[in-house]
Amino acid sequence: MPLIPLHYTDLVLAALLLLVNGGLSVRLSLGLERSLAIAAVRMVVQLSLVGLVLKQLFALESPWLTLAAALVMVLFAGQEAMARQERRLVGWWAYGLGTGAMGFAALVVMSLALTTAIQPDPWWDARYAIPLLGMVLGNAMSGVSLSLNTLTAGAVRERAAIEAQLALGRTLWVALRPVLRHALRTGLMPTINSMAATGLVALPGMMTGQILSGVDPAEAVKYQILIMFLISGATGLGVLIATLAAARRLSDVRQRLRLDRLTLRE
Amino acid sequence: MLTVRDLSNRVLQPASFRVDTGECVAVQGPSGAGKSVLLRAVADLDPAAGEVRLDGALREDMTAPEWRRRVTYLAAESGWWSDRVVDHFADPQRAAPLIDALGLPAEALGWPVSRLSTGERQRLALIRALVQEPRVLLLDEPTGALDLDATHRVEGLLRDALDRGMGVLIVTHSPDQADRLAKRRLRVEAGQVREA
Repeated sequence: MPLIPLHYTDLVLAALLLLVNGGLSVRLSLGLERSLAIAAVRMVVQLSLVGLVLKQLFALESPWLTLAAALVMVLFAGQEAMARQERRLVGWWAYGLGTGAMGFAALVVMSLALTTAIQPDPWWDARYAIPLLGMVLGNAMSGVSLSLNTLTAGAVRERAAIEAQLALGRTLWVALRPVLRHALRTGLMPTINSMAATGLVALPGMMTGQILSGVDPAEAVKYQILIMFLISGATGLGVLIATLAAARRLSDVRQRLRLDRLTLRE
Repeated sequence: MLTVRDLSNRVLQPASFRVDTGECVAVQGPSGAGKSVLLRAVADLDPAAGEVRLDGALREDMTAPEWRRRVTYLAAESGWWSDRVVDHFADPQRAAPLIDALGLPAEALGWPVSRLSTGERQRLALIRALVQEPRVLLLDEPTGALDLDATHRVEGLLRDALDRGMGVLIVTHSPDQADRLAKRRLRVEAGQVREA
């Protein structure tokens, strides 16, 4: 069954739904109409651009261009993860730590996926690599930013408790353990929840897309399961690396709590 | 016993002093002068330059937890990391007599931390540090939230510890308390520490 192509008039019709939302916002003075409009326009513009870029990328079939696109995605993910931090590590760390953790996690997971499970030919085929990376990175980004936020907020809030333990001669890892555990749990929870609920309530977007384009649902499900594992693997790895590295950065060789290495977002 | 030479950081001007075995030294000065900063620097809770030794041994020659177990800092505002009081004591048996000596009921160990008053917290935090028998205790206004009776009980307990050879560096705003406990005093003003 071929995919039913969409016309621009179809999109305009669907956009009318947004007008209903906007109307509601005005009527109930929710003050959301502006953000709604901006978000909708950004969505349309960004996706259209991505469509053009992907089309070019697929056509050029260059490993270097594909790699460059992947790198740009990682850098944007790092930027976004940093922008979501209430408190940031001072200096280069604020950006480098999250970006590095996500980049490494994505590299490991993508290498595994492209060399074992999917094996496109050539292995760097942008048609597979880029959309997979996008899904993996998007989820890792949420997890990393959540866990870093929880860690820094917890360290600041629990400062008296942490330092009381340090002062009594406990090691930093013991003193920091509750905060660290909370941060790791918070970062991994969305991934665990989405795995648990998937299929019952929401059909994942990628699977829906494959089914819409005519793929046998059983095949689409297999792909989706693979993706879910890749996502949880990358999120787990990224969250672990970022949180442990940040905890290390919040301390020093003499196992002090170094909150002076955090700044509040201005 | 504890010798400090040229201890300095962002707040402190280079400070040198000593605390002998069984000696109590009072630290006095206006609020914000750097008294807590001084104690935290000695406990190695904040980075500071200079040389700090205990019985001749340089603090950098032992791990930070080892150092802080011997030279223990007690903050003015006590910290609690678990729900129940008893969870904060490695050996609750040893805390029991001290709890009695400070006029707290024996059941206090079983209480949740959330029901403790500021004064009860302060006394229990002191006991928590004392039962570990550090060589030097760095006290930051340990009786700030206590009435006169409780203050005297705390001082009695500190005198016992001094008799056993513990060194004490105590920040206090009360000249009377300094008179009662300490023979020597350090004056801290705008980050400058000098013998008074």
